[in-house]
Amino acid sequence: MADQEVFAEQAMQYAPQLYSAAMRMTRNKADAEDLVQEAYLKGFRSFHTFTDGTNLRAWLFRILTNTYINKYRAKQRRLDESDLGDIEDLYLYKRLGTFEDASIGRSAEESLMEMLPDDEVKGALEGLPDNFRLPVILADVEGFAYKEIAEMLDIPIGTVMSRLHRGRKAMQKALHTYALERGLADPQPEPTDSSKEGQEN
Amino acid sequence: MDACDTPDCSQTLKELDVFLDSELSDAARDTIRHHLDACPDCLSAFDFHAELKQVIQKKCQENEMPADLLSRIEKCFDTDFDGDGVIG
Repeated sequence: MADQEVFAEQAMQYAPQLYSAAMRMTRNKADAEDLVQEAYLKGFRSFHTFTDGTNLRAWLFRILTNTYINKYRAKQRRLDESDLGDIEDLYLYKRLGTFEDASIGRSAEESLMEMLPDDEVKGALEGLPDNFRLPVILADVEGFAYKEIAEMLDIPIGTVMSRLHRGRKAMQKALHTYALERGLADPQPEPTDSSKEGQEN
Repeated sequence: MDACDTPDCSQTLKELDVFLDSELSDAARDTIRHHLDACPDCLSAFDFHAELKQVIQKKCQENEMPADLLSRIEKCFDTDFDGDGVIG
């Protein structure tokens, strides 16, 4: 069928982005690969419902998101909003944002990009319950607009906004916890003159 | 940071997410920009969150996709799964 040939031509370019999002959703490679493959197969089969001229990337992400929700949500404990607890606004900024107030060491030149390791940022995102993780993945990692996310998740825009706000704060709290753990585990990484133990000549 | 407690500042900080997500109207956006030009404390908070947003965007992406995933997907496009004579 002609339109399925068009799908194969036009849709494959989004595979790396879909795989990336699938990794953050499923948290493991095998499930992420299966999820992307299943989303592509569904897209291939239902491409006749795609409206020419609309956003193919958003259409594919909607399929990916729905496939994830239907297939994997049943496996997980359903979490509601109260499970995130009440986290103050500007949580991380109040702790790391200004150098004089910083509760852990951040030098004046060090950017957040340097300070926060990849694993910890991924971990903070993957630690969020689905209800919050999906909007944050779609907005902050994939750059979709509130309206697009509302359509993908079939929730009102106001709910997208509140889940983003709460999900982001929970991520900030997790990032701060990681940073503290690192600080506490190794408070003085530089050897000093008075403790030459372990130094090599 | 402590100065961010006037009505102007608290209203500005309430809009932080929506501003950084580029979801505000032009008029509302201009109001925020106007405040940020005059308020280093709010500007500092906005800068921090803009930087954090970039960090999350960059660090939560996978740089490598499994090598055989593309060919696995493309193979689906040639397979008649349910034996009805139609691909897919």
